[in-house]
Amino acid sequence: MSRRTITVDGNEAAARIAHLCNEVIAIYPITPASPMGEHADAWSAQGKENLWGSVPQIIELQSEGGAAGAIHGALQSGALATTFTASQGLLLMLPNMYKIAGELSPTVFHIACRSLAAQALSIFGDHSDIMAARGTGFAMLGANSVQQVMDMALIAQAATLQGRVPILHFFDGFRTSHEVARIEEVAEETVRAMLDDAQITAHRERALNPEHPVVRGTSQNPDVYFQARESVNRYYLAMPQVVQACMERFAELTGRRYQLFEYHGAADAERVIILMGSGVETAIETVEELNLAGERLGVVAVRLYRPFDAAACIAALPATTRAIAVLDRCKEPGADGEPLYKDVATALMQQFAAGQSAFGQMPRLIGGRYGLSSKEFTPGMVKGVFDELAKEQPKSGFTIGIDDDVTHTSLDWDERFRTGATTETVNALFYGLGSDGTVSANKNSIKIIGECTALQAQGYFVYDSKKSGAVTVSHLRFGPQPIRSSYLIGDGDAQFIACHQELFLERYPILDKAAAGGTFLLNSSSAPEAVWATLPRTLQQQIIDKRLRFFVIDAYRIAAENELGQRINTIMQCAFFALVELLPMAQAIDAIKQAVEESYGKRGREIIERNFAAIDASSAGLQQVTVPATAQSQLERAPTVAAQAPEFIRQVTAEIIAGRGDRLPVSLLPADGTWPNGSSAWEKRNLAQEIPVWDEVLCIHCGKCPFVCPHGVIRSKVFDPALTGDAPPSFKHVPVRGKEFPEGWHISYQVAPEDCTGCALCVDICPVKDKEVAGRRALNMAPQPPLRAQERDNWAFFLTLPEYDRTALTLSKMKEAMITQPLFEFSGACSGCGETPYLKLASQLFGDRMVVANATGCSSIYGGNLPTTPWAKNNEGRGPAWNNSLFEDNAEFGLGMRVAIDQQRDYAFALLERLHDEIGEERVTALRHADQGSEAGIRDQRERVAELRDKLKTCERPEARWLEAVAEQLIKRSVWIVGGDGWAYDIGFGGLDHVLAAGRDVNILVLDTEVYSNTGGQTSKATPRGAVAKFSAGGKPTAKKDLAMIAMSYENVYVAQVAYAAKDVQTLKAFQEAESYPGTSIIIAYAPCIAWGNDLADNHQMQDLAVRSGHWPLLRYDPRRLEQGLNPLQLDSKAPSIAYRDFVANEVRFNMLWRTHPAEAEQFLDASQHEAMARYHHYEQLAALAPGVGQSAAEEKEKE
Amino acid sequence: MDLRTRYLGLELANPLVPSASPLSRDLDMARRLEDAGAAALVMYSLFEEELHPTLLPPHEFGHVEAQSYLPLPAHPAAALDSYLEQIAALKRRLQIPVIASLNGSSRNGWVECGRELVEAGADALELNLYTIAAEVETDSQQQEQHYLALLAQLRGVVTVPITVKLSPYFTALANMVASLEAAGANGVALFNRFYQPDIDTGTLRLTPRLQLSHPGDTLLAMRWLGILHGKVGLSLAATGGIHSAEDAIKMLLAGADVTHLCSALLRHGPRHLSEILRGMEQWLAESPYESLEMLKGSLAHRHAGTDSAYERASYVRMLGSYALNPTQWE
Repeated sequence: MSRRTITVDGNEAAARIAHLCNEVIAIYPITPASPMGEHADAWSAQGKENLWGSVPQIIELQSEGGAAGAIHGALQSGALATTFTASQGLLLMLPNMYKIAGELSPTVFHIACRSLAAQALSIFGDHSDIMAARGTGFAMLGANSVQQVMDMALIAQAATLQGRVPILHFFDGFRTSHEVARIEEVAEETVRAMLDDAQITAHRERALNPEHPVVRGTSQNPDVYFQARESVNRYYLAMPQVVQACMERFAELTGRRYQLFEYHGAADAERVIILMGSGVETAIETVEELNLAGERLGVVAVRLYRPFDAAACIAALPATTRAIAVLDRCKEPGADGEPLYKDVATALMQQFAAGQSAFGQMPRLIGGRYGLSSKEFTPGMVKGVFDELAKEQPKSGFTIGIDDDVTHTSLDWDERFRTGATTETVNALFYGLGSDGTVSANKNSIKIIGECTALQAQGYFVYDSKKSGAVTVSHLRFGPQPIRSSYLIGDGDAQFIACHQELFLERYPILDKAAAGGTFLLNSSSAPEAVWATLPRTLQQQIIDKRLRFFVIDAYRIAAENELGQRINTIMQCAFFALVELLPMAQAIDAIKQAVEESYGKRGREIIERNFAAIDASSAGLQQVTVPATAQSQLERAPTVAAQAPEFIRQVTAEIIAGRGDRLPVSLLPADGTWPNGSSAWEKRNLAQEIPVWDEVLCIHCGKCPFVCPHGVIRSKVFDPALTGDAPPSFKHVPVRGKEFPEGWHISYQVAPEDCTGCALCVDICPVKDKEVAGRRALNMAPQPPLRAQERDNWAFFLTLPEYDRTALTLSKMKEAMITQPLFEFSGACSGCGETPYLKLASQLFGDRMVVANATGCSSIYGGNLPTTPWAKNNEGRGPAWNNSLFEDNAEFGLGMRVAIDQQRDYAFALLERLHDEIGEERVTALRHADQGSEAGIRDQRERVAELRDKLKTCERPEARWLEAVAEQLIKRSVWIVGGDGWAYDIGFGGLDHVLAAGRDVNILVLDTEVYSNTGGQTSKATPRGAVAKFSAGGKPTAKKDLAMIAMSYENVYVAQVAYAAKDVQTLKAFQEAESYPGTSIIIAYAPCIAWGNDLADNHQMQDLAVRSGHWPLLRYDPRRLEQGLNPLQLDSKAPSIAYRDFVANEVRFNMLWRTHPAEAEQFLDASQHEAMARYHHYEQLAALAPGVGQSAAEEKEKE
Repeated sequence: MDLRTRYLGLELANPLVPSASPLSRDLDMARRLEDAGAAALVMYSLFEEELHPTLLPPHEFGHVEAQSYLPLPAHPAAALDSYLEQIAALKRRLQIPVIASLNGSSRNGWVECGRELVEAGADALELNLYTIAAEVETDSQQQEQHYLALLAQLRGVVTVPITVKLSPYFTALANMVASLEAAGANGVALFNRFYQPDIDTGTLRLTPRLQLSHPGDTLLAMRWLGILHGKVGLSLAATGGIHSAEDAIKMLLAGADVTHLCSALLRHGPRHLSEILRGMEQWLAESPYESLEMLKGSLAHRHAGTDSAYERASYVRMLGSYALNPTQWE
């Protein structure tokens, strides 16, 4: 058999086997499992065949529940079928998994384990999800490394076919799913040899077949259900042996030997840790190290967790075992131990009770938790657990890896403890930007080293939580021995550190992880002799103290000289190879060039040649810096947050921003997931190279720039100029145009310079053109650094100016609406995001009374991902109250809020009546019948409620206390249900439909990016025909669902379809109408996204073309108009005025299909053109109908 | 009927040659054109801009949930390579000559890829010089010299026939054509259609407009074909607005060797070509001419004299004879 090595990550390793061994693959995106589905889809799109010569069918469902249902059907119909998922996705599959297992259907589900959403969502890895699936009847087989993922995927496939018990094949999300490693490929002939055709035939013969029909899925009663449930026992009893036999066969074929429970360590170990997943590797590495020093320690790796073979588990322990610690990577609150611990405890106890124990006395047994949400699990922590085991009274129910200063569960550990592996491997660390190609270059470096040397290689990639200007840190290890270190490179351990972006120097402690005598490579525009002075003093000191070799390269210059734009990745990669000398430089350069050729294809010759020239230039561009003996820099790293920040922000938020969140003790973290609003204002990211500068002379005060700003960084205020006495000299303000403001008052447009992302959309929208200077507008971009200090002061002053009285504004006018304060600001959304302007608008108009139910997705990530969040408060302390429940339940979540608010308001009304005499007739009437349809009405009601509460204080009746608790519900609440198209069109559609039908006063905002944006751009039912997205690499063949039409079919729902940059006033109007409508409203908002492949500088133009081509007709359907005898539907955009071709030609998501599938692209285009015209015509006809009768308005008019 | 014609040194069965359009992107469509009677095929243009591709957008993003967007093809085909493949594929599928089309304007050496087009099988090259002379510093002579230099550069790397597709915007077009011939051109195609920008008064944005030609758009080209026929030695092609057999015959009578078809085929499909062909055969059968060769240029300028409709005298007469009819005004 071949022994080919490949460099892949865990997801790809699993997907390769899954694609080879299955016929039907049902998929749905969820992090971190999505890449498995993406690989499978891409391979099938390329026509890649499975083991039996057919191309697997890939089908995307509307949810994981749907995927599981489809798999159930496929299995019942005799196909080999699989799916991939994680976390909440697995939870949605549970009902079907009971069915699949109950019917003994062979299948393997591949799971990249991930935390479950509890006090917060987390996309990172632990075993909470698979532990929730214990009752389903699926077997559970774990892989601890990338190699094992490929191996176990196949062993699971073979075992399920033989034993008929379906299997969850699991591995740790991110840690293993995204670890890139050099592994031995499982050859196709191995796969063939492992799978028994007779068992596949048997599976097919059990399928539903009208030629010899059976009935399955009956409803059973008390008489037989129980017995029937027990009828499967023999399959479960046999399953461990089936799996072990498959492992044996696999070992014969590949030489890699596995067992249900694997023991590593001293044959006479006294202290043993039992665990499963990637942590096993770290535990083994640590045990080997400590045993060399004379300890007697061991590790039992659990591989087959279900069915749990208790005897095999105990048998894996040496007879000398005296103390056992069982580690669970999950938490079961309220239990007296986590699942694996309790399984082991039961196994030990049962054996003792049966008098069969191999141990002289019952070993001491403790259990604890580690590694939740990918928390680091290091050799120091493993040693900490062993140290605990050595104590007389070791702690059970412990935690390791955190500081629990509240219930004191945490164990101490020595952070400085290292194994020999740290020095046996070359540890390299790279700081890059998400968009500069650092990660892909590093993946490629691993591949080169894997292929050109005998070295083992490993790569972990850590991303921060922002979508714009995100930082990536790549952790690479290379060494002669297999690398077991399943943890990140620690402080003082990196022999090589590269900083690909100068701006990180002032932001991050780049060199904390540098090892003494290591190498530091900096991409800098400064010359070698000048670069030293650009470093902060702490960094200089570290270079001196750690005796680092310091090199500098101007990669951006080299890239520019070779017309490579911002792509510095191959240049930095060459510098890395030149400095670490893992292989001869000439060979490295050849390999890098080969990789360039591979990635651009042998066809992109010009790009390839430009890259080659850059590669050749990079060695020459690499220069060593002479390090002075002392650090003289005046530069200090700026404080993370301003000194005047609130205490919580300084104590907690700032620590997370600074990358020290791991050190925060339990006591500082909210117990119930409640965090303060508006923290994003304290995180100054300084992302923009250029910021807009206001030309107060040209400006006409139209309000369009604050309206479109995705980050809420450009604001306008109108104020009495007398207040500007203390203004900084550069603060600009001019008399405001228009009679709607007090005479002599001024207006200012001010930019938050450190929060702006530099998208320049404000400049794009500015309608004013300077007649003197071509290209100049009332806003113009200028470099940020020279403006930073001045504009920071101006911004600070601007914030001190009072907000304009909202009750005096006509909010239906753009100019006046944009005077209001956004209560959604500085989010981490992508620069130029098409979604956030809508949220910001809602926050300006209704923020002080909004309650937001936010579906999981981009808006929940930029809206609620730590460290800082954008939903803010006004100066009175009011603002949107926000929560994210799940992806699938958001409409229901919001409905629940509405029902609760109404219920408490009605209760308050009832209490008002019961306290009528104490409160007084006039007050009760005013409170009950308050008109809150205007800003002034709401303000008056707030005053009444405040008076009421004052009044209640003097009342002794218990009802007064009850009313105090609900009195605020008498103030209007605006409930907003927010989510993306993945939620509204797919996974949450059932709930959305129900809420539309329920008629309650909620406002639904669908941010339609026409693709699953957050998970990386997978197709949804909102994706237009012909668009290329993940899961439809060949272009989506079906049309986009018309959600507006569906919503309108309820007739009592307010419906609007908007695109803010195509017709801003229509958007403004729609938001106000929707909110004022006393029933259900839905706004479907067009939101350009980076997933479309275009630069978001095109955002406004893309919206405009979408509307003008008829792709996105603008409309409003207001049921209130019926009462006035009017047609409720108003079509706000004109008939398509440009060809659909002109719309699609402008967007990469469509036009790339012309390059890959030209014939299909033309077919899709034809169909879309036809649909756009037909849809518009249809809406036009509807809008022309006279209400209530079967005649058109035009006909009515004619009669008159 | 004998519709044979000679164009760029190529013997063609008839004078109907589909010009550069998306139709030649599709092999089946090209085959249908041939079946409908096309005598040669000019391919869609390979643009200079496509030879200098911008780099792919960064495929990597910072957020852990979305490390990449869009399933970019593993090997994005460079335009030149796809074009070369298409030439080879068309040559395999078609019997008729295939003329590759290069479109550009700069001095960046892009014309040199003409050699590869020929190696891939192109029987001739069309050089589409599309420039808007928007620089006030550039005079007409510099502009013309620039065109001639580009042609000379291409002539330096290929030996196959070259035809140059021109716009009508030359002060001395006849002289320019003669200069092109001297620089190595074997033909000219008259005239190129520019995409005109338009202004959207709703959005206050400029919008590009592509409008297909209409019958009647032929007259400008017809005049110049008539003027050039017999005065220059190179082949002449008429392009723009030829929608019917009558349109085509008029161009041939004026002096064209071939007539290009584009908008009519885009509008009505390849079958339209066979209808034009049938119409021409019918016309020729009823005409005094025995062959196409005989009718070509028979109403050209040199046969019509200086007082003909081709020149200024006619213009003076025409304007003078226009009868005003104010009653039709609203």
